[in-house]
Amino acid sequence: MVHLNVRNISQSFDEQKILKQINFSIDQGEFVSILGPSGSGKSTLFRIIGGIESPTSGDIILNDESIKNQPGSVSYTPQSPSLFPWRSVLDNVLLGQEIQGKRDRNTALQMIERAGLADYADAYPHELSGGMKQRVSFIRSVLSPQPLILLDEPFSALDEFTRTDMQQWLLSMWEEHKRSIIFVTHNIEEALFLSDRIIVLSNRPTSVQREITIPFKRPRNEDLLLSNDFLEFKKEIYKEMRASHLPS
Amino acid sequence: MLNMIKQGWRPLAVLILLFIIWELSVVIFDVPKWFLPAPSDIITVGINEWTEYNQHVFATVELIIIGFIVGSLSGIIVATVLHLIPVLRQSMYPLIILSQNIPIIVLAPLLVGWFGFGMLPKLIVITLVCFFPIAISLLGGLQQTDRDLRHYMLMAGATKRQMFWKLEWLSALPSLFSGLKISATYSVMGAVISEWLGANNGLGVYMTLASSSFRADRVFVAIFIIVFISLLFFMLIVWLEKRIIRWQASEKRNTNGSS
Ligand SMILES: Nc1ncnc2c1ncn2[C@@H]1O[C@H](COP(=O)(O)OP(=O)(O)OP(=O)(O)O)[C@@H](O)[C@H]1O
Ligand SMILES: [Mg+2]
Repeated sequence: MVHLNVRNISQSFDEQKILKQINFSIDQGEFVSILGPSGSGKSTLFRIIGGIESPTSGDIILNDESIKNQPGSVSYTPQSPSLFPWRSVLDNVLLGQEIQGKRDRNTALQMIERAGLADYADAYPHELSGGMKQRVSFIRSVLSPQPLILLDEPFSALDEFTRTDMQQWLLSMWEEHKRSIIFVTHNIEEALFLSDRIIVLSNRPTSVQREITIPFKRPRNEDLLLSNDFLEFKKEIYKEMRASHLPS
Repeated sequence: MLNMIKQGWRPLAVLILLFIIWELSVVIFDVPKWFLPAPSDIITVGINEWTEYNQHVFATVELIIIGFIVGSLSGIIVATVLHLIPVLRQSMYPLIILSQNIPIIVLAPLLVGWFGFGMLPKLIVITLVCFFPIAISLLGGLQQTDRDLRHYMLMAGATKRQMFWKLEWLSALPSLFSGLKISATYSVMGAVISEWLGANNGLGVYMTLASSSFRADRVFVAIFIIVFISLLFFMLIVWLEKRIIRWQASEKRNTNGSS
């Protein structure tokens, strides 16, 4: 069943075309990555889906209803962790619920514990490391009542190993909670490891260059990263992206 | 508090040194008392005459407190209104800046002419003095709310009211406190100036009387007390700030690793 449908979205800033006729859809419970070069307009696309930016044309359909220019319909993890410095970890993860209505403290505490942050429930964000902040930011999204989660390069600021740990943690959370996820990244391996499907964006003006279904079985673990199949896929996507990335 | 003492000893040492030089100079050069009294004379007068002038101190302190509260509240309200209504902000902001070019000293006698010698003209003077730093810094803080946090709130479907109370107001608190700190010292000056214009009680009156009867020692007693009140008031605001804004990373807290 189709959960979200992005229809013919175009966006220009000051006469400059950034997004050109973007089309794709996400099924219920699917994990889809959007892979695109820096500056291709991935964050812009998220702001349009999130309803806080108006596209020049096109429409966003969530469960058969247009959510264009309607904030509050999806759950969002921004590119920077964006935690509120005056809120404890617990109060931060409850913020999404608080804005929409009711707080559920017990579930929140359970998830904080599952994320290995039990000792930090009452800590302020400045006491956390980068990876911890990202986990808190993600828990906030999962606890928010909206069933579709947008993740904007949540792990780009982390080192290789922390990143792998976080990816596995993210997958386990997703498998447990069965939400639809759109994950933005410019890291090919990350997209391959996590997704059911990858949407490759072209250079500006950005459109969907290719959609690739990823057949790897779940649950996935680190070994997959070194398997031949994985490297084959990586090569193919790399070539695909390289071809469109014209030297400037 | 211990921290304050730790950091405060250097300026305190300089101050004591200055007093010693002052004391010695007065003795060595045999300076007449009505011209420049020695610190020891000032302190003696300050202690001996306490019962005579203490009502002036209390009157001024009362004026400062009421004036500061009225001034801060109006600064906070104006900044909030201007922040929430952009049209008003664009039209009023330049006027507020302009208003600061009116010298209070000139305005004060006019106020007395309009409102008489009661509490009101004095409160207006202090309010005018306090209002500006608070309004400007709070408005600045409200306007500079972190863009990513703002995006998060919008995406999550926050209402304007939630945006203000859950994000903007709290993120502007540190700016509010820098305004309050400035106003705290300004309000003491404002109170004394307003008392020069005419009052029955207050350090401003005491000073005018002392200076017209060539009692330089009493003038200095008044100055010392004014400085002391300013300092006390400033420290009170700093203490409040520490109590209220507990989420900011301070190096001390980081090494201690609070939990
Ligand atoms: N409000 C705006 N006004 C003008 N230009 C904008 C605006 N928002 C984004 N842009 C431009 O759109 C382009 C795409 O920006 P965007 O942040 O969406 O890219 P991105 O794919 O998320 O990049 P990155 O991978 O570096 O995060 C950039 O060139 C940016 O300058
Ligand atoms: Mg981006």
